[in-house]
Amino acid sequence: MAIRERKARTGAIPEGGMADIAFLLLVFFLVTTTIDMDKGLGIILPAEGQEIEINKKNILNCLISASGAVLLGGEPVEMKDLSRKVKDELRANDKLIVSVKAHEKAQYDVYIEVLDQLKIAKATRISIAETE
Amino acid sequence: MKFRRKSGVESKISTSSMPDIIFMLLIFFMVTTVLREYSGLPISLPKAERIEKLESKRHTSDIWVSKDGLISIEDKLFNADDVRHVMYEKRASDPQLTVSLKADQAARMEIISGVHNELRKADALKLNYSTKVKAPN
Repeated sequence: MAIRERKARTGAIPEGGMADIAFLLLVFFLVTTTIDMDKGLGIILPAEGQEIEINKKNILNCLISASGAVLLGGEPVEMKDLSRKVKDELRANDKLIVSVKAHEKAQYDVYIEVLDQLKIAKATRISIAETE
Repeated sequence: MKFRRKSGVESKISTSSMPDIIFMLLIFFMVTTVLREYSGLPISLPKAERIEKLESKRHTSDIWVSKDGLISIEDKLFNADDVRHVMYEKRASDPQLTVSLKADQAARMEIISGVHNELRKADALKLNYSTKVKAPN
């Protein structure tokens, strides 16, 4: 039996496609990684046992009812008017502290919306009262 | 005027180092991207306009609150009364700790208020209500 002669082959790997593969991987990582920066409303809670007496005149009560209605200083107020009214109050009294008090069955998004409106009104002193 | 004949110099850009460059980019992206540590609870965040960015991920600890009132920290469920112990330890190990509260928009305020009280007891006072961006109208 005759032994067949081996063909001489060159053993080079084509590296032209390498860049394509690397690009594909790069695109995959770029697409799959979501840079989700956490964003939100910042607030500083009062320390435990540091309740201070505040003059009643300097407190503006903002109540949130279970149904989502908002009372500002005892009067019902629409969400879109809230920031304007708070701004007016702040202009009248710059020592004003806005005290936000929510009913325990109130929804969180109403509370966030109220806080947001207070931030729009540039109310820096916001106090979070406990639920009732 | 006579035009000079083009010289026969080949002007090809060498592409042999292209994979190296791309791999370097790839490694850069792989190193810099931080994978999400915890999956949390399925929630839909409320929306707000005046939002601020959290300073750094390293000094942030997340608390998830679902609309059913479940509280989850690091993918473990906690009772409302046990939050303080976990947060106290975290606060003790990192004084710059900011708590990011990721609560569902339909969550009840009694749970949120409970979390407030727990955080106050744990002395973790920097709180951030995680929200989505709402376009100003």
